[in-house]
Amino acid sequence: MTELDHIRNFSIVAHIDHGKSTLADRLIQSTNTVAERDMKEQLLDSMDIERERGITIKANTVRIDYTAQNGEAYVLNLIDTPGHVDFAYEVSRSMQAVEGSLLVVDASQGVEAQTLANVYQAIDADHEIVPVLNKIDLPAAEPERVCEQIEDVIGIDASDAVMISAKTGLGIADVLEAIVQRLPAPKTGDRDAPLKAMLVDSKYDQYLGVICIVRIIDGTLKKGDRIRMMKTGGTYDVDDVGVYRPAMTTVAALGPGEIGFLNASIKQVRDTRVGDTITHEKRQCTQALPGFKPSQPVVFCGLFPVDSAEFEDLRDAIEKLALNDASFSYEMETSAALGFGFRCGFLGLLHLEVIRDRIEREYDIELITTAPSVIYHIYMRDGTMTELHNPADMPDMAIVDHVEEPRIKATILVPDEYLGDVLKLCQDRRGIQEDLTYAGTRAMVVYDLPLNEVVFDFYDRLKSVTKGYASFDYQMIGYREDYLVKMQVLVNDEPVDALSMMVHRDRAEMRGRAMVEKLKELIPRHMFKIPIQAAIGGRVIARETLSAMRKDVTAKCYGGDASRKRKLLDKQKAGKKKMRQFGKVEIPQSAFISALKMDS
Amino acid sequence: MQPEGGFGLYLHWPFCQSKCPYCDFNSHVSAHIDQDRWQRAYLSEIRRYGEITRGRHLDTVFFGGGTPSLMNPDLVHAILEEIRLTWPLSNSFEVTLEANPGSVEAGRFAGYRDAGVNRISMGIQALNDPDLKRLGRLHSVAEALAAYDTARNLFDRVSFDLIYARQDQRIEDWRRELNQALDMAIDHLSLYQLTIEDGTAFGDRHARGGLRGLPPDDDAAAMYFVTQELCEAAGMGGYEISNYARDMAESRHNLIYWRGGDYIGIGPGAHGRLTDASGRHATETALAPLTWLIQVETTGTGTASTEVITPADQAVEYLMMSLRLREGSSRSRFEALNGAGLPEGALAWLQDDGFLTVTKDRIAATDQGRPVLNAILRELLA
Repeated sequence: MTELDHIRNFSIVAHIDHGKSTLADRLIQSTNTVAERDMKEQLLDSMDIERERGITIKANTVRIDYTAQNGEAYVLNLIDTPGHVDFAYEVSRSMQAVEGSLLVVDASQGVEAQTLANVYQAIDADHEIVPVLNKIDLPAAEPERVCEQIEDVIGIDASDAVMISAKTGLGIADVLEAIVQRLPAPKTGDRDAPLKAMLVDSKYDQYLGVICIVRIIDGTLKKGDRIRMMKTGGTYDVDDVGVYRPAMTTVAALGPGEIGFLNASIKQVRDTRVGDTITHEKRQCTQALPGFKPSQPVVFCGLFPVDSAEFEDLRDAIEKLALNDASFSYEMETSAALGFGFRCGFLGLLHLEVIRDRIEREYDIELITTAPSVIYHIYMRDGTMTELHNPADMPDMAIVDHVEEPRIKATILVPDEYLGDVLKLCQDRRGIQEDLTYAGTRAMVVYDLPLNEVVFDFYDRLKSVTKGYASFDYQMIGYREDYLVKMQVLVNDEPVDALSMMVHRDRAEMRGRAMVEKLKELIPRHMFKIPIQAAIGGRVIARETLSAMRKDVTAKCYGGDASRKRKLLDKQKAGKKKMRQFGKVEIPQSAFISALKMDS
Repeated sequence: MQPEGGFGLYLHWPFCQSKCPYCDFNSHVSAHIDQDRWQRAYLSEIRRYGEITRGRHLDTVFFGGGTPSLMNPDLVHAILEEIRLTWPLSNSFEVTLEANPGSVEAGRFAGYRDAGVNRISMGIQALNDPDLKRLGRLHSVAEALAAYDTARNLFDRVSFDLIYARQDQRIEDWRRELNQALDMAIDHLSLYQLTIEDGTAFGDRHARGGLRGLPPDDDAAAMYFVTQELCEAAGMGGYEISNYARDMAESRHNLIYWRGGDYIGIGPGAHGRLTDASGRHATETALAPLTWLIQVETTGTGTASTEVITPADQAVEYLMMSLRLREGSSRSRFEALNGAGLPEGALAWLQDDGFLTVTKDRIAATDQGRPVLNAILRELLA
């Protein structure tokens, strides 16, 4: 156990690609925490998807032993937090477990929207913040301008920012020294007091069960202790305690100020609650930590197996993934169009994509993903309110008084030249401009936007209209009433539930038109003409007609052709699996997601 | 055992003077053909099949190709002689030979008649010279008409083929050409819409973005309806997707294919269907002419593979072939093979929408249904 004043606990705040993972790798490497031969890129990102997308999903921690220039040995605990907006709440929780942050900013790119969102959380958590300018070896680096920007936009002193190149290792020693000199040690901590530890995060390991990352406030934690989770009331025997270096390393005990893991044969992540206070069963601490509210899914969509025979496999995959991810919710759903599947809730679109990719890749199940939707609050005439997770379940408007939808505050940083396009995009998506300021040649716009206009393809559109130069972040700001209606799609007069969506009444015609035009391209011609309609209630607001196929026949078919033609029919039988039947009409699976993409 | 649908023999002559760019048939261009050697192989195969199918009556023989009108009349004579010795022939025995309408071929027509051929099917393909050139044909319209006259004088039954929905062909052009054809026709026409097949010169050109001016599907469909209408008016209704005839003048041989009958396939790449007590068999032969020839000479059989067709697959094949006919298909025959009937839901709406006529035991595609037969089959079978 280390004395409090020789412990430094910190996190790194950065925009994606600004070098957070590389800096973490260098800190680990330069302190010989990992043998040279075990070194690999992005040590802390353990999942394939994390590595591939360059994102962190779960919090990771690493303990670094560092002998400072004053000759004294320090223990540095880094908590690596998710950087993406979907996991903002996870970030804020991790921030509570440490006392300081390194703010890493790319010296050529400057401050981005994501940097802002995360650094404000660090400020909210009372962190001491050390600005670090990365990539200063690049020709395009403008350290002075970026320092100015940090001071202007974030409002913290950047005069003694550390200049580094995480890639070449330049300045890494200065970073380590700054951590020791400029970040505070844990403020309180009584080794002899009853155990009080914060459950920072928990993850599932297929061999060990649930691993809890803990920060000790008071007391000590060691193997064999019987612990109690104060919120959930669960009691467990501790099998192992240790620290990450970054490999799991058992230690005799964890003391005040330290960060490490415990393993106590907990079966699933759902049994633990992040933010809970861990104490000893025998000698409990008197006051629990304030705790966190559990993160709530905000984006919902249906996941259906392409091959309906794989429904049970999908259930199995979803249950396994949920073991490690308490923020991901699911319930069974039946769609007339798509058969059996699950309605799943996610923290955001990235979370949705990550889960979907993992099901497809790790469990080898091809999926149909229905349109993402948000939770609407439906106020009924009788004064009650219900939450609507699936537009298909929208009650009859006759018994609905009004509908409220979730709104977000979106912060977008964009080079001047694309500002016009960004404003237009936000305006098109029913945004209300709240702020527009400049930091150098970049504009920062703040919009109040409906979340449902953002969940589907807002980010894609933003990237495309700004050629990738805009950065975007958001936070939920609550619910507000608007004129929202359910738009149904009818193909050959049959409603297709999987294509139902909630839209603003003023935009319904436009969305409806775009949708039926898209579907006309996506549905192959049939033997009869097919009306494709968008409707609100009983009223058709857009209509296209897919004309009938006029000719599909083999001109010559004699004795020598029979085998070949029969085999062709067999092949078409297989191809039919990729279609979904609606009455007499077959709709290709790919249409369900493509139909919802808007080009404007 | 005489199976349902009749019993025929198809004989493949794989050689042509030149290869047509739209043709995906098994045809080859060769300068020297030892017709005696081919004769020995054909006769040996006939004898072999005679053993297997002893006791059956043979209804038809069809000389296809390739260009069978390149065969010496002596060769045709020898083959038919062997056939007569091998099987009892039915009363309405039909022997068709596919002929190219060139002047050289016409010179052999009398020989074919003397050998026993009683029906000629002539590949005229188009009634204007520029289009014949585009289709890669070696003959001219004048030559074709002369050859056709020769055939008409020698044979009671002469059919000819035309290809339509050609490049730059408008509906009106086809109407005129078809009227001309109907004026010439005796009792049978095969009218095929041009199909671009993979692996042909047209297929390659089409894939590269060439072959412009092909009528769009809607126009091609309109041409199909024009064809139905004009042929019907001329007393030669369509009895199959692409075949038109006066009553009783249908190709009996081709009817065997479409009615799910048995047929022997002799020659390179020829397919056969033979039913015996052990089931229904699909036979195939080696595709390459020389390979087939040497195989027959050295092993005594030209059959490269025999496959048992399961009853369920027989059902599919039967429906797929028989629905091409105006007379349609027997539901009980399909059901007996398939073990289950056709899907009632699909039958009902296909009937309601006018694509099928459905009676207690038969279904048939209507005039509206036949141009989209593949889609009907997908509904019923896939």
